[in-house]
Parts: sequence; C-alpha cells; structure tokens
Amino acid sequence: MGSRPARPPGGRADGAAARAGAGGAPQRRAAHPTRPERRRRAQLHPGAWWLWALALGTAATRTTNPLLLALLITVSAYVVATRRPDTPWSRSYGAFVKLALAVILIRLLFAIVLGSPIPGTQTLLTLPELPLPAWAQGIRLGGEVTAEALTFALYDGLRLATLLICVGAANALANPSRLLKSLPGALYEMGVAVVVALTFAPNLIADVQRLRAARRLRGRPDKGLRGLLHVGLPVLEGALERSVSLAAAMDARGYGRTAQVPPAVRRTTAALTLGGLLGVCAGTYGLLTAEGAAYGFPLLLAGLAAALAGLRLGGRRSPRTRYRPDRWDVRAWLVVASGVAVAALLALAAARDPAALHPGVVPLVAPTLPLWPAAAVLLGLLPAFVAPDPKEPS
Amino acid sequence: MIRFEDVSVTYDGAPEPTVRGIDFEVPEGELVLLAGPSGVGKSTVLGAVSGLVPHFTGGTLRGRVTVAGRDTRTHKPRELADVVGTVGQDPLSHFVTDTVEDELAYGMESLGLAPDVMRRRVEETLDLLGLAGLRDRPIATLSGGQQQRVAIGSVLTPHPSVLVLDEPTSALDPAAAEEVLAVLQRLVHDLGTTVLMAEHRLERVIQYADQVVLLPSPGAPPILGDPAEVMAVSPVYPPVVALGRLAGWSPLPLTVRDARRRAGDLRQRLEASEGSALQGRGELRDQPRTTRTRHHSAPPTPSGEARALSVTRARIQALHDITLTITPGETIALMGRNGAGKSTLLNSLVGLVKPSSGTVRVGEATPHRTAPKDLVRKVGLVPQEPRDLLYADTVAAECAAADQDAGTDPGTCRALVTELLPGVTDDTHPRDLSEGQRLALALAVVLTARPPLLLLDEPTRGLDYAAKARLVTVLRALAAEGHAIVLATHDVELAAELAHRVVLLAEGEVIADGPTADVVVSSPSFAPQVTKILAPQHWLTVAQVRAAQEETGR
Repeated sequence: MGSRPARPPGGRADGAAARAGAGGAPQRRAAHPTRPERRRRAQLHPGAWWLWALALGTAATRTTNPLLLALLITVSAYVVATRRPDTPWSRSYGAFVKLALAVILIRLLFAIVLGSPIPGTQTLLTLPELPLPAWAQGIRLGGEVTAEALTFALYDGLRLATLLICVGAANALANPSRLLKSLPGALYEMGVAVVVALTFAPNLIADVQRLRAARRLRGRPDKGLRGLLHVGLPVLEGALERSVSLAAAMDARGYGRTAQVPPAVRRTTAALTLGGLLGVCAGTYGLLTAEGAAYGFPLLLAGLAAALAGLRLGGRRSPRTRYRPDRWDVRAWLVVASGVAVAALLALAAARDPAALHPGVVPLVAPTLPLWPAAAVLLGLLPAFVAPDPKEPS
Repeated sequence: MIRFEDVSVTYDGAPEPTVRGIDFEVPEGELVLLAGPSGVGKSTVLGAVSGLVPHFTGGTLRGRVTVAGRDTRTHKPRELADVVGTVGQDPLSHFVTDTVEDELAYGMESLGLAPDVMRRRVEETLDLLGLAGLRDRPIATLSGGQQQRVAIGSVLTPHPSVLVLDEPTSALDPAAAEEVLAVLQRLVHDLGTTVLMAEHRLERVIQYADQVVLLPSPGAPPILGDPAEVMAVSPVYPPVVALGRLAGWSPLPLTVRDARRRAGDLRQRLEASEGSALQGRGELRDQPRTTRTRHHSAPPTPSGEARALSVTRARIQALHDITLTITPGETIALMGRNGAGKSTLLNSLVGLVKPSSGTVRVGEATPHRTAPKDLVRKVGLVPQEPRDLLYADTVAAECAAADQDAGTDPGTCRALVTELLPGVTDDTHPRDLSEGQRLALALAVVLTARPPLLLLDEPTRGLDYAAKARLVTVLRALAAEGHAIVLATHDVELAAELAHRVVLLAEGEVIADGPTADVVVSSPSFAPQVTKILAPQHWLTVAQVRAAQEETGR
C-alpha cells in the first residue's frame, strides 16, 4: 500500500468519534461541524482585501492631485486602523508608510540634484552646476532648482507613495499566506514552498541580531559593516540548518503525498497544460502584432481555458483537502465593489475632467479639491463599516 | 507497534555505525523512554521510526524497522505521516503555518481528510491540549511551553498510532514540563497512543514510562526492560534513583512518592547528622566562605548590581523594579517561568539591553555604555546557544581569536580548554563537538578574559548527567576562586547543587530572593527531588546525603 488514499470521511470519522469519547465536550460541539455562524474569528476573504487595496492603488495612478492622493491615503489608513487584526504581519503597515516617505524624499532629492525637465521660472535656489563631458549630454548635475520642478516631483512621488501604502494596507489587513488557501490544489505545494522561503528573510534578520549581540560578548565591536560581514557565514549556516530541519518536519507531516491517478488522466493533464500554455503564448503574440488581432484573442482565451482545465485536473494528483477555506460572502463582494467603484469613478473623472485631477505645475497653481471625485474616493471607506471587526470577540 | 530488527545505521563518511544491534519491540499503547548519555544515537533511533533516517538524512540502515506493519524501507516519511507523528527538539523549526488553528490542521490537510472530520479533530485537540484560548494566536507570540503543546497537537490531529518525541521537556520550566507530560500520559491512557521519547531530564519523565530502552554507550546494544530494573544498571539516572542506590533500596523507587515511603529509615539515620550539619544547612559543604552580604560587617564591592532596574521592550515590561546585588564568590540561580525575564536580566548585565529606568553596574562600569573590548574583562555571558559565540572552524583558531579579543597572553584560552575539555584536539571543528563540549569551549572563550562576573543562560539544556556533573565541578572551582556566577536555569537539580542563593522571577519582578534551601524548599515546583523525599529535613542533593552518611559511618 504505497500511499493510502484518503478514506471516505464516514469510515475514519466513526473511529474518530469513538476515540473522542475521552474528551466529552468535543462531541457535543462535533454535532454541528460546519455551522457558518461559528466562523473563525470573523475574517474577510483575503482576496477581497487585496482586490480592494489594489483597486485603490489603481485609482491613485489616475491622478496627481495631492489633495485627492492624501484623501486616498487617509481612507486606506482609516480602514487599516479600524479593521486590522492584531498579528505580527499586520504591523508591517508602519514599515510601508516609512518606505513611502522615503520614496517621496528620494524623488525630491533627485529633482534637486539632477534637475527636472519641467521648465520653471520661480527659482528657489541655485546649486553649483557640475560640468559634464559631451557624451553625458542631457544629464545635468546641480543647477537651478525651481518651485515648479519641486512641486512636480512632490506630486509624482506622492502618487507612488500612495500606491505603496495601498499595498501595505492589503498586507496588514490580510495575511498573504492565507491567500494561498485559495490557490488551486495543483499549485498549493509550490505556494507553501514560496511562503516558507519568504519566512527565511525575517529569520535571517533575527539571526543577524543575535549573532551581532554574541560578537559583543566576545569583546568585538558589534556595530559597523565589518561586524555584519563577520557574522555572515554563521548566519547562513544557521539559516540553512533551520531550513533542512523544517523540510524534515514537513516531510514527516505528509507534505508532498500524492494520490494514484490513472495514466490517461495524467496524460490528459500534461497535454492540456502544455497546449494551454502554448495557446496563451501564441494568443498574446497575435494580440501584440498588427495582423494577428483577429485570431489572437480567441486563441488566448482557448489557451487560458485549457491551462486552467489542466491545473484543475492536476489537482487530482494531490489528495489535499482544505481546512475551513475562507468564504467569499456578501461582505467580500461589497468590499471589492467599493474598491472597484473608486477606481472606475476616478478613471472616468480623469477622462472627463483631466484638469481637476492633474493640477497644473506650469504655471504654478494651488490644487483644488474636485468635489465629485473626492466623494467617489470616500466610497473606499465602505469596508470600515461592512467588514467584520477583528478586535470583537466572535 | 514499532519493531526494530537488528538495526544498525551508518552515516555517510562515518567509519563506524552510529547505532548497532538495535533489536526491540514497542507494544501498542505503551510509553517507552529512550535513555542514555549524549552521543549514543538516541535521535538516530527516533528518526528511524519516522523514516527520516535514512530517507532524509542519508546513510545506510541495515536490518528492518516496521511501524504498524509498514516497512520504513519501502515507505517514505510522508507515507508514514498517518501512523507516525514526530516532534523534534526545536518546536519552532517544526511549524509550517503561522496560526495555531492552521498548524493543527496542516497535517490533516496533507493527508486529505474530509473538512468536517478536520474541523471536529481540531476542536477536540484544542480542548485536549488546553489550547482553545490560543486558537487564533500567531505561533511566534506563544511561550515555549505553549509552542511545545502546539507542536504535539499538530502531529496528534491526524490520529497517529505512534508518537515520537525528541526532548519534549528540555527547554521548558518545571510547570510547563508537567503540563506537556500530563498531556502525553492522557494520550497513552485514553487514546492508546504508543509513545517513544528521548529525554535527558529523567527526573521529569521516568515515572511515566512503562518501559525504558537504554543505550548505555555508543555502539552498544540496547537494554530493554522495566524502568526500575534498567535504572539499576544505567549510567544515567535521576536523583531519586541515585538516592535509592545510595540507600540500597530494591527495587529502586522511581517517583518521589515511592521513595518517601521507603525513606523513613534514612530520615531517622540522617536526623543526627542533620543536627550537626545544621549550621551549614542549605549551603554547600565545600563552599569557601559565607558570601551573603549581610554577614559582612563591611560589604565588599559587588561584582554586579542592579538597582530599581526596569526594562520595557516593544511596549511589554520585561523587567520591573529589580534590585539585585551580586557579591564575589557567590553563585546565584535565577529561576522562573519561560518568559519571566531571566534572559533579559542577564542581557542587561552585559549591556545588550538598555535599562529604561534604574541603573546597572558591573564592577565600576555601566555595561551598555562600555566598549565591548573593556566589558569582557568585567563580565562574561555564555548565551543559551553556545554556538553563537563560536565563529572559527577549528578549536585552535577559536582559542587564538579569544586570546586576541581579551588581550591576554597567547595560549591562555587553550590552557583553559585543556583543563575543561581534556582530549579535544586543536583541529576539531566546533560544530563536531557534542552539546556539553561546545558549552565548555564557549565557557573557556568567555573565561579567557577572566571576568569577575560570569553569567550563564540555560547551561544544562541538552546536557546529560555526566556533562552536568563536570560543569558543576568547573563552576564550583570558579566560585571558589572568587568569580561571581549567575545562572538562569529551569533545572532545579542544578540550582540545588550549585547555587548559594536563588532569585525567583515572575512577570519581570523578583518574587523571592534568599538562600537556596529557604527558597527552594518552600516551593513545590522548584524543590529538587531529594528535598521532597527527605522533607521536613532540609537536604538538597544526593551528595550532601552521601557526605552526611560517611560522617556518621566514621
């Protein structure tokens, strides 16, 4: 009996129930195994959070109006503040905000040092200009810094920062590894491998901190680059050892078990997946070339369908089941809808009234808050009211 | 349930088999303890049950191992996952997901159990292990005992018929260890699970074992039998057995309760000598001088001092208003739950942690403001993982670096290593040393700078009794030379053996501070076995009892 296929639930469950007799209380609870009301501490589908945040990010790319962008940031921050669970990964929001600030600063610094193509008249200060050789024409170091150039850089940086903060919001609101649960079965194991690889980084940082502390114990300076270089090898060694023991633990817990699949199914899977991917490639090529537009789109669709069918069939090889998969419920729809509405309305506004969404820099004018796009952005607040509150005990 | 038939395992590149002649059977529903000194291949035997040896580790396994009728030769670990649950030494490297509930479900998902079955078993297991309140918690935020319970729970949910555990209680405080062992006993009694476990701290587990498999020395065939019989010949044994051997009880008692019943005689005999030994009560006989501050008319300059020390980290108050004076020649045991603040206190004494209020002084210096180079001559810390201190790839290189770091004459460290670790050659790689040897090497490296204050964080994790006894001898000699020593430990037997003073911490506060005998005797979870057996007399260690008997014999 190479790999034992999962028994029908009934057979195994009887034994389980008999063994559970010792527990007493569990049996009572077991009578309603999947009551929807007793959901795990009310959580929204992680995909909904990601779609909502990405939609807000898309909306941010439609405008450079700093007031609208600030409003977008406020909206996402408010939702994060009210709806983020108290977990280690949700604390990453602060890191994303810092990163966004750094992006704005770097953008401004570049505008000051490298100059800007924006023709400006209001010179704020003049930096000594570095003469560059002829082959570096078009690059400028130093020179005049104009208010127009700085404002343009600020608007541009702010847009990028908003995008980053939106991604940070998604990260804080939904654990990325929970997204994995929604992957098709055939891809799940690959997903686990990716997540395990991702946890490598935080562990590595913890190791570096520990070993630098140990350097201090040996009487060596624990700061500076040299200290960092010296602990490099032991840190990598430690990380490798941990990965190996995790791999052993995963193996012993049944990671990578496969079910017996008839050869016909296996061959069909391979044919569908390969054919599908080829179709996708050919279709994309067709879409991108001028003369292939007619056959490109249907080919792309057919390829996608075949590849998806292949994935689905491939899932049969893996006997995995899902424990309490996240449900896509009405609230998830509402959250996604609010995000998509913001993106769509801002895109519409950008097409109808580009002046309001892209306040002029030359000549410099104070940005005004366009009324109805601002109202549209406020739609993004919906999740703060419809999404379940993670702090409330379920 | 588990059957070993003449098994020997040779790892690649090793000249000799790590274990050989392993031939025994573990019947269904028994709790079998695998005992023996370090380095005899206990982990190899455990790995062979789950198939990780040799499928994952490499090497050659001769003979046959069958689990529930499945031969590990033809079944990979993942194909045994439904009958064998394995928990390794470090629970953290066992976790795949990041919340408790998902972790419990992970194994079942891999096996493809139906969702309603999974749901029911997760609820059962949460109740069985007392984890219901923690179900949504991220695993990284749990304490050591809780993590160990989650690790056990995560392999229990697929209902394996065999559970394999490597040192399940070594890293835990006494109370958390009892918790884990109570769960194991419940599994064996109520669910008929077969448990095979290895553990160095026999005093915690021997009473729960139905049988003991003893690996007496590397390469020697195992001895299987009733715990009392095996303990009579074992090279490793807990204090209760040591006392039983000393008093000549047969069969040997394994629990404090059994021993107390037999101890009437011994208590009577000791009565007389306790009277004569009363003035030294609670303090070690070979202690050089009385070191508690208040005995001195003019207190000596303390080796280390914390005054109203508070440390707050990540909004959590790790230490609160701690006042502690460490005098030269004194050994202090810091005890308390996992997470009580023991390590933080040690770290603030070496300046790794900045106090948020209050002061820390080591000699004349303030640790976190002193350059590392000067600090090593004032205070040394051997961290929980001694390996962190070692960077070089040979013992000789490590010693040369240590001499240079400490600014001492070349050869100082090597001389210390020879003293602490006779028989270790210059070209040995620190990674190839056993846990005990590595600890000794790290200790030698720290001692090279001759710090008057020596701190050790959990020094006995993973040490067998022989290595522990050597450590005790070394530390006593250091204390006699005037070093002040502070140990943070869960090992009550070690504290009883070494410490003059015990400081109990709870939630970052000192809740008891006094001579070992006074503090330890009054606490049921921190009292060593000998104290429990001979109460109401105040004996702490078998060595004390032996000395007293010899005295009366003379």
